[in-house]
Amino acid sequence: MNGHLCAAAPADLPALRTDGDVVAVVDIPRCGPAEFHDAVVARCRSGARLGALVPLAPAEVCAVLIDDCGGRIETLALRATEGRYPSLTVELASAQALERDLYEQHGIVPEGHPWLKPLRRHADLEHPDSGIGCDPHGFFRVEGAGIHEVAVGPVHAGIIEPGHFRFQCQGETVLSLEIQLGYQHRGVEALLRSAAPARRLAVAESVAGDTAVGHALAYCCAIESLAAVEAPPAAQALRSVALEIERIANHVGDLGALAGDIGYQPGATWFGRLRGECLNLLLELSGNRFGRGLCRPGGVRTLPSAARRDGVATRLDRAERDFERIANVTFAAPTVLSRFESTGVVSREVSEALGLVGPVARASGCTRDTRSAHPRGMYRFAYVPVTVLESGDVLARALVRRMEVPRSIAFARERLAALPETAAAVDLPALRPDCLAVGLVEGWRGEILHVAVTGADGRLVAYRVIDPSLRNWFGLAIAMRGNQISDFPLCNKSFNLSYAGHDL
Amino acid sequence: MLHALSLRLEFGRATLPSCGVALPDSFRGRPRLDPARCDQSCHECEQACPTGAIATGPLRLDLGACILCGACEQTCTTGAVVLTNDPRLAVNRREDLVLAGEDLRMATALDVESRRVFGRSLKLRQVSAGGCSGCEAELVATGNAIFDLGRFGVQFVASPRHADGLVITGPVSANMREALLETWRATPSPRLVIAVGACAISGAVFHGSPQALGIPEECPVDLYVAGCPPHPLTVLDGILRLLGKMQ
Repeated sequence: MNGHLCAAAPADLPALRTDGDVVAVVDIPRCGPAEFHDAVVARCRSGARLGALVPLAPAEVCAVLIDDCGGRIETLALRATEGRYPSLTVELASAQALERDLYEQHGIVPEGHPWLKPLRRHADLEHPDSGIGCDPHGFFRVEGAGIHEVAVGPVHAGIIEPGHFRFQCQGETVLSLEIQLGYQHRGVEALLRSAAPARRLAVAESVAGDTAVGHALAYCCAIESLAAVEAPPAAQALRSVALEIERIANHVGDLGALAGDIGYQPGATWFGRLRGECLNLLLELSGNRFGRGLCRPGGVRTLPSAARRDGVATRLDRAERDFERIANVTFAAPTVLSRFESTGVVSREVSEALGLVGPVARASGCTRDTRSAHPRGMYRFAYVPVTVLESGDVLARALVRRMEVPRSIAFARERLAALPETAAAVDLPALRPDCLAVGLVEGWRGEILHVAVTGADGRLVAYRVIDPSLRNWFGLAIAMRGNQISDFPLCNKSFNLSYAGHDL
Repeated sequence: MLHALSLRLEFGRATLPSCGVALPDSFRGRPRLDPARCDQSCHECEQACPTGAIATGPLRLDLGACILCGACEQTCTTGAVVLTNDPRLAVNRREDLVLAGEDLRMATALDVESRRVFGRSLKLRQVSAGGCSGCEAELVATGNAIFDLGRFGVQFVASPRHADGLVITGPVSANMREALLETWRATPSPRLVIAVGACAISGAVFHGSPQALGIPEECPVDLYVAGCPPHPLTVLDGILRLLGKMQ
């Protein structure tokens, strides 16, 4: 959200800072359905965003509101004794997936929700007492002369995760696209709540395999807040280096995939190769190409030797040189520009309304970057410039990535050169009982939000994961409207969203 | 255009050989067990293991469940478990993945008739069934200029009807089980099944989740490629061994 739009935050909502604070569950104000609806809508109209809806008790749901201007999180709880409340989605389109999730997992009905379909569960979805039937295979349809329907998936051509896409077309033009996911649902949140701590970390790393560092870090942040510890400075620095290399690798990979989709083979080959080199840098630092096993609550597993750090820094220099030359050649090619330009436009208004995040939002003119709005760890001391473009098309989404890569390389190089001399980790004490904490991390796809709640004995009683994909999939559906169906692969790549991160 | 050509000249050939590539010593690959060093009373590694892959008394490790996180190595004070940087982790039979100190029995070649059918051209259809995209990303990487699986006649194809086998990733989510079986039925016989990654082999971190069902019995697995995710060289090594192109 932008500075000039922000109003003063209401004083009556308990807030927590995003760099290690917690809020006691007992301090979260409870209100009835109508009051809850009005308060959340009002707060979202005065500068906050709805981050998550987290169950606290069988008929109690906490709204986690993200205040980008104040760098803080606000909380407000719904007490739905009747199991229903007026849907927020009517006023806040950004709540649509969160409310469907709440209904599906906990049976709390958002009354008046315009499209209350299952988000993830296909088989065991009906809540017998809700009175609302839900059919995952009933799709929005356009009818009339010359209208035809195209169904794709769940198994796609190529090595890619499963999902179902239902297009309503007139000739080549897409009038509507509905995206039905859930095929990858494997019970992530239940495991994060109930499994042994060692396994929980591994589950967090498997929320989305291409964002292993981002999700591990969000998990660690939430747990460290609950345990009231802070990772040692060297660990914080190394975590930020890994997070930025993860961003570089994926951005470079995306640029290669975009080039491949339009048949620009040099870009596809060279970016693809450079992505591999970035993964190999993560391997040097963590022992795994995706940075698995690096983060742990309390710090990092090991710190690299000075020689290894120097080696990585030297290779980062070379990667930067190669990247600039490949990018310059690619973005000068007329064939690339003509396919990218004006394809799949998302306006700033739509982006704001849907609550989009990450490079997708920044390509549509939204200044939204967790690293600067909610800095934690090393980002409190070192600033990564926020890259914002206006045109909202495939070209803008590609260029945001192209501009973020050198900035991330510069950041990672500086942190590696000045890694503090401290321990790798601190011991983790028991978690504080009856508290709510968040982990907020700017992953390469955008804002990753983890919310953890402890019970009276200090065990986790609720755990919510909001991958940036959950916010952005609807943006892809809207971006396709009025575009040719043959541009779908290109649009899809320019978003490059996670199925696993959405489905959990 | 000239810039592109000059870059092409400068970058040259990037493709790695299919074997003998030394990975960095930080790479966590094939575990080496030394049961004689295990004091069998501390159980630290069992408690540290996120997937229950390791057991003491006697010391044994199930590579099918192991995610190569290195927690056992880090907690072991006697050096009974060491993770080497060897990426070769593919076997023919599930039980071959259980290590107890001996060398890993790596995959062997298919019979002569199967090699005649698949040996020169193997087309595979990939199905992600609850995979987190880690294994999928490494399978994509096997096709890039560095690992170039295509040079051995192995390719991923778009339709199961064009395929000689399936490559399955993920713990097989309940919502994907039917689609996986449909894809399997659409693949003409004779057909292979390759399970890639700890999730597909054992469920790994998702083992026990009511949403993770495992590979259906209808799909008998011919090759297990361990790892989380397996390195592209691990995949290459496994497939080439199966085809008898690597000893």
